[in-house]
Amino acid sequence: MSSGWQLFLESFWPIVWGGVSGTIPLSLASFAIGLVLALGVALARLSKNRVLSGIARFYISVIRGTPLLVQLFVIFYGLPAIGLVIDPWPSAIVAFSLNVGGYAAEVIRAAILSVPKGQWEAGYTIGMSSTTTLRRIILPQAARVSVPPLSNTFISLVKDTSLASLILVTELFRVAQQIAAFSQEFMLLYLEAALVYWLFCLVLASGQSIIERRLDRYVAH
Amino acid sequence: MSRTDPGDSSKRADAAGADPLAPSAVPDDSVLLTARGIRKSFGENEVLRSIDLEVRRGEVVVLIGPSGSGKTTVLRSLNGLETPDEGVLSFAGGPELDFSKPVAKAARIAMRNRSAMVFQQHNLFPHMTVLENVIEGPVRVQRVPRAKAIAAASALLDRVGLAEKRDAYPFQLSGGQQQRVGIVRALALKPDLLLFDEPTSALDPELVGEVLQVIKELADEGWTMVVVTHELSFARQAADEVLFMDDGVVVERGAPGTIFTKPTEDRTRRFLDRILRPLD
Repeated sequence: MSSGWQLFLESFWPIVWGGVSGTIPLSLASFAIGLVLALGVALARLSKNRVLSGIARFYISVIRGTPLLVQLFVIFYGLPAIGLVIDPWPSAIVAFSLNVGGYAAEVIRAAILSVPKGQWEAGYTIGMSSTTTLRRIILPQAARVSVPPLSNTFISLVKDTSLASLILVTELFRVAQQIAAFSQEFMLLYLEAALVYWLFCLVLASGQSIIERRLDRYVAH
Repeated sequence: MSRTDPGDSSKRADAAGADPLAPSAVPDDSVLLTARGIRKSFGENEVLRSIDLEVRRGEVVVLIGPSGSGKTTVLRSLNGLETPDEGVLSFAGGPELDFSKPVAKAARIAMRNRSAMVFQQHNLFPHMTVLENVIEGPVRVQRVPRAKAIAAASALLDRVGLAEKRDAYPFQLSGGQQQRVGIVRALALKPDLLLFDEPTSALDPELVGEVLQVIKELADEGWTMVVVTHELSFARQAADEVLFMDDGVVVERGAPGTIFTKPTEDRTRRFLDRILRPLD
């Protein structure tokens, strides 16, 4: 067996483990927090209150208008300058959550706006408040519309978490980097890292179509 | 102003009588709804210019008129989907809402709950089954026990011939069936007043009859209703009073026999001619 193939096999499980113990929890936690944030930002953006919608608009603009790497560095390397020292993991979760919050907010806002106005009125006419109508009638329909774009956001996030290696979080790419530095087999290890990311994303994409099928059951085709 | 009528809400909740289609109100002919001087503008466009309306219990009032005449806006104002700029609305036993002053939200909601709307585009909830659509209001809003709401909903669905569709989703139904579910959803709330906003306008012609039939039956059962429609034959058969609206005013009102056979206003005559003899 060639030494390259052997290195590939020996490093495969450590890299996958880096994904399972680093990339995946980082992605899941950031996505969950980011979605909650995004829902709040989307509702603020849609609100008639000018101050609220202004703040939401500003936040989305900053997140979308600056590189994720810069956001990450501001939080991890920048904040200590004003006395706020955050460990690598929480820094990464904060940065990625804020990032998802900005992007997913626009997705959710568009999904809410895509539900016909008549659905709001039907909620009102059966006596619901606007909060109940939003929760029971509008959001379930908006959720279906937003699954494909939010899946994209999630898959992007999984790959973007590789940036966390730059603030010393041990995840998939950092494991590959360490083995590459040790073995000097950069091409092999980075291709292997790419392969593992790809496998992860294949699983996620099939998860997406399962969710879409489930949510599609009550919609005409 | 914000006082709700406890007697009324308990009546709505308890009135699951023997006949599921029978209205909750005690049959008498007292005045149920009074509207005076209702005005509404959308921007520069004055849609309603002082509308007066009185609906007695058990009465069927039909609004006809060209599109853009304000019929739908009248209906939506009664259900609180539009807020008039001016005018007074009151339901029997409830407070008088004067829209020339700011009206408390609680008072608007209390007024909205006296009526229920059937929409032109049915607006059923696509993510809920037929049964879930019907019990959503009673269970979530009126706090009727679920089992009781299901029993009442099943009886109503049975009466409109949709018993076997209770677990279907709206997209699996024909347009006429969807609209009948829309009607049942409104009935399940046991409102004092049913509002129909062009309930058959979005339907294929062959499906219009089954929906009008249900509405006609409800009228015969004694439900109070205000109907916006272009179906003049329905108006002729079911209406107690027909209001002809044009350009934000009620041009003429009266019994269907009078309005349709000898209208006094020129505008009414021209409108009826256009509808009854479109090719002349």
